[in-house]
Amino acid sequence: MKCNAGQPLVKKTLRKYGLLYLMFIPGAVYLLINNYIPMAGIIIAFKNYNVRDGIWKSPWVGFDNFEYLFKTKDAWIITRNTLGYNLAFIVLGTVFAVTVAILLYELKAQRARKAYQTIILIPFLISMVITSYLVYGFLAQDVGFVNNSILKNLGKDSISWYSEAKYWPFILIFVNLWKQFGYNCIIYYATLMGIDKGYFEAAVIDGAGRWQRIRNITLPHLKPTIIIMTLLALGKIFYSDFGLFYQVPMNSGPLVNATNTIDTYVYRGMMSTGNLGMSSAAGFYQSIVGFVLVLSVNLIVRRVDRENALF
Amino acid sequence: MVEKGKVFQILVHFIFILLCLSCLIPFVLMIVSSFTSETSLIRDGYSFWPGEFSLDAYKYTLMDTGAFLKGYGISILVTTAGTLVSLIITTLYAYPLSRKDLPGKNAMSFFLFFTMLFNGGLIPRYMMWTQSLHIKNTYWAYILPNLLMSAFYVIMMRTYMSNSIPDEIIDAAKVDGAGEGKILIRIVVPVAKPILATLTLLTGLGYWNDWLNGLYFITNDKYYSIQVLLNRMLLDLQFLMSNASQLAGSGVQIGMLPTMGIKMAMAVLGILPMLIIYPLFQRYFVQGIAIGAVKG
Repeated sequence: MKCNAGQPLVKKTLRKYGLLYLMFIPGAVYLLINNYIPMAGIIIAFKNYNVRDGIWKSPWVGFDNFEYLFKTKDAWIITRNTLGYNLAFIVLGTVFAVTVAILLYELKAQRARKAYQTIILIPFLISMVITSYLVYGFLAQDVGFVNNSILKNLGKDSISWYSEAKYWPFILIFVNLWKQFGYNCIIYYATLMGIDKGYFEAAVIDGAGRWQRIRNITLPHLKPTIIIMTLLALGKIFYSDFGLFYQVPMNSGPLVNATNTIDTYVYRGMMSTGNLGMSSAAGFYQSIVGFVLVLSVNLIVRRVDRENALF
Repeated sequence: MVEKGKVFQILVHFIFILLCLSCLIPFVLMIVSSFTSETSLIRDGYSFWPGEFSLDAYKYTLMDTGAFLKGYGISILVTTAGTLVSLIITTLYAYPLSRKDLPGKNAMSFFLFFTMLFNGGLIPRYMMWTQSLHIKNTYWAYILPNLLMSAFYVIMMRTYMSNSIPDEIIDAAKVDGAGEGKILIRIVVPVAKPILATLTLLTGLGYWNDWLNGLYFITNDKYYSIQVLLNRMLLDLQFLMSNASQLAGSGVQIGMLPTMGIKMAMAVLGILPMLIIYPLFQRYFVQGIAIGAVKG
């Protein structure tokens, strides 16, 4: 196997593994087009873009776009909203999903377990567009269930949900929790399925109660998964689910303070004329800060607990 | 002790029944409303207690202009084609990565993984697809951008393959003279069935539910998929409702407006295929996630 000259080694490797390398090609070409070429286009944030010249030939303007962006109140609002909602989703979502997974695992009835598992995943299966229909069914001003059937019967005035920003932090957090908890719960539940039952039997013999078993066996087994899931979420903390923040509030103007995130800001800027500069600056800001965050979160975890680092 | 255990079990069942209800109730509202007559809906709003029964919403949705059925057709086509191609290129990328002996696989691994860490964002992507590749208002716009291959899914599949296919089996096949292609199709793919089923479901869901590519790249209503149609209908409805009070004030009947029931009927028909397909794949789901995602 030892080859001193490079040539025969390359030939030998290719003969042996050639087909395996060929298998990479379709996927690699796709990643190149879909992911890598747009990475280079990120320089648009430093340009005064015009359609005639395209990204590459439009004139450079240095940091002008960033200056404009960070002078506006929007820069602060979209950063606050993106980070704030994501933190709420991470904390509440994790606590909720882990609790439900543990309860599911504690259930003795096999059939019921399967049924519950199936049903709690249903919200995960539908699109944000359908979700926005469901929310609309409850919250619509004239025909929504809440105004028409609940508030009216209580003798209260109806609320115009789609123009009062103060309710939306709660609505969005609730909708996100409703839609995602099933999937996250299944991930934790799948981890629990891997625990050796012997631990529990031993614990029962030792006279451990349910709470002790959960605290000393179940939770420690979940820890690596919780860390990985939280890491993945922290890495994406500068990104938001566009559909949740754009479609579910039905792109309603009065709600923007409570619903604008970096992603919706970039999209709105791209669609309106004259805001492309600030919008691409916001996009750049998102990509770079997001990247730095992933690397630093991973670095911290590597320091503390090498086993659980992503890379 | 036994009594205490029983009480706990009943309590947990009770919690799960509440959770399941909260998952299902919004759909009940949608389904009941879709079978309710327009007059009832206007009088009572969307409600759980069926008013006057009516199939008008479905009749209208399925027979009117044909936009709905066409959107259905486009969604089915895009979902089938996209999922199929996606599974093929994902498998082809994942299998060599799962081979411990392949020189240079770390580079390919990094090439894949880096796309999860960094991206160019919406604007450069939008410009490339529309200005260089001209996919605006074509069916390609539904299939190509973003959805065709996910680094996360490739990693799930690679992990599954390297955990569940022992090297000895592959070595033995090689000794018997099987080529790499034959090993992949005859040995690896059958073993990877649970992860293939999981990814079929996830990718298929991604395609069926996608409306973002439609929002970005489709402006011609000739090409509306079901999700894009639903999206436009809701925003239209909002537009119409915001004008409704003014119209009503000037003597135009609200009954003239497109029906409330149709919206809900369309939404019901929009989730139907997924609800039919889901139980078929469900049994692989936990297994696939367990081996692919958790140990990854």
